[in-house]
Amino acid sequence: MSIRQISVFVENKQGSLVKITDVLAKENIDLRAMSIADTQDFGILRLIVSDTDRALEVLRRENCIVTVTDVVGARLRNEPGALATVVKVLSEGGINMEYMYAFNGATPHHAYMVLRVDDNDRVEQLLLQSGIKSITEAQVCEI
Amino acid sequence: MAERYWQKEIETASREQIKAIQDERLVKTVKHVYENVEMYRKRMDEAGVSPDDIKGAEDLHKLPFTTKQDLRDYYPYGLFAVPQKDVVRLHASSGTTGKQIVVGYTKHDLEVWDDIAARQLYAVGADENDFIHVAYGYGLFTGGFGLHGGAGRIGATAIPVSSGNTDRQITILQDFGSTVLCCTPSYAMYIAEQIKEKGIDPKSLSLKAGIFGAEPWTEEMRRQIEEMLDIKAYDVYGLTEIMGPCVSYECSEQTGMHVNEDHFIVETIDPDTGEVLPYGTPGELVFTCISKECCPFIRYRTRDIGVLSIEPCSCGRTFVKMTKPKGRTDDMLIIRGVNVFPSQIETVLLRMGYSPNYKIFVDRVNNTDTLLVQVEMTEDMFSDTVTKIKEHEKAIKAELRSLLGIGADVQLVAPGSIERSMGKAKRVEDKRKLIGG
Repeated sequence: MSIRQISVFVENKQGSLVKITDVLAKENIDLRAMSIADTQDFGILRLIVSDTDRALEVLRRENCIVTVTDVVGARLRNEPGALATVVKVLSEGGINMEYMYAFNGATPHHAYMVLRVDDNDRVEQLLLQSGIKSITEAQVCEI
Repeated sequence: MAERYWQKEIETASREQIKAIQDERLVKTVKHVYENVEMYRKRMDEAGVSPDDIKGAEDLHKLPFTTKQDLRDYYPYGLFAVPQKDVVRLHASSGTTGKQIVVGYTKHDLEVWDDIAARQLYAVGADENDFIHVAYGYGLFTGGFGLHGGAGRIGATAIPVSSGNTDRQITILQDFGSTVLCCTPSYAMYIAEQIKEKGIDPKSLSLKAGIFGAEPWTEEMRRQIEEMLDIKAYDVYGLTEIMGPCVSYECSEQTGMHVNEDHFIVETIDPDTGEVLPYGTPGELVFTCISKECCPFIRYRTRDIGVLSIEPCSCGRTFVKMTKPKGRTDDMLIIRGVNVFPSQIETVLLRMGYSPNYKIFVDRVNNTDTLLVQVEMTEDMFSDTVTKIKEHEKAIKAELRSLLGIGADVQLVAPGSIERSMGKAKRVEDKRKLIGG
């Protein structure tokens, strides 16, 4: 069920982000969600895109350092307390979370969370028990 | 395959025979420089040594050293021992660390050079059936012409590509069927990377061996080049002041380079006291030219640190072997009072499986030396979490600390961001030199 996330190494230097976003734009690849983790020396740009395989291909062609990670995409009702439910469920389930970030879809009814955890299947199960559905990679493109 | 020698008689001579040749040639050379070079005459007179005092190699220690500074002081032709009409070629050293130096060759000197380069080519299994791809620079630098001469000597087909234009190098490797690649190890590494990037299978090339020298490199880098290009990589040593490449040459055993002792006598000395060290003890390599006519320098101090060995070699050659120099004393960095060779840092990185593309920055901040090593990130070490990447940085730092004895900062940089070299790689930027010269 999980979604493939692309991480790209970004050097802490002017212009390095431009190179990445430019190449994706030229290839008509849509960014569905993104977050950046940064340190003093470098950043990690994490992306959920409309066409993962092609994005990987063009980024590698441009000599970018990339890696693919399976993450969970959870669909939440867009209302106060929705994230609190997710966090509580995972905490009670003893799940370790590395990081998470949110994105919106076209409709105002739902919000989406990308969750990087150590056991995707178990997390999806736990969420489902609380009525929270996970989305597939194909669904990401349709949101 | 049976070992082949270009000049078997001398390459496998007994130690007594080698000593006899050295004695005779040294006596002759000392007379020659005493009579024809003012500096040597003056120095020997001052030291109270006359040419008659030199009866054989055992008297070598009585003679004064020659240094790079001497070559600068007597620039350009002050140390030439023959009249200009007998000089048929000049070469010069780039002078990255100071004023350039120039050396001359007579027709005889060039023949000797061709022969020792031929010995190197035979030692790596080349003969008249081979295509020698020379990607060392042609010009005043000795690299290109040195191997080129050897190729001609053995009747192989020389391909004088010279350095640079890597795409063209690769096309020629493919189309011309190069079998032996000659260049600096850092350029070989770059060519190998580009071949990989283009998706070319190294097995589709005819390349079987590489002769790589002109800069210090490590065993780890050798293994990497061998694997990436699917060849045997051999080390070669030389310097402009003595001849150029092939002063010493590696054989099939790949455990060090045989010094062409019928043309050069090698010693190791304590760089501080000048005292001659026994075989097996690391020291500064010192060469005496005993067959050259134009620039037969006596006891030339190379600033290279190496170890000599006279253990029998499986290749059958009897010449003394020298280890791959750990680095030139000129390249040695003194950081917080600790001696650091860039090659030690390379060893750490490659042993740990990291990129061979690195650069070292030394600076002085608040009167303390700082050492920063930039390493190119590879996909193997990349991760979507900062913690995992930082683990690599920490591991490199810990290894550097344990090997060098001082702390270093490690910075991971984007692939391709460290400048590639077509000739000698510039691995170090010492910003301390900018302050107060």
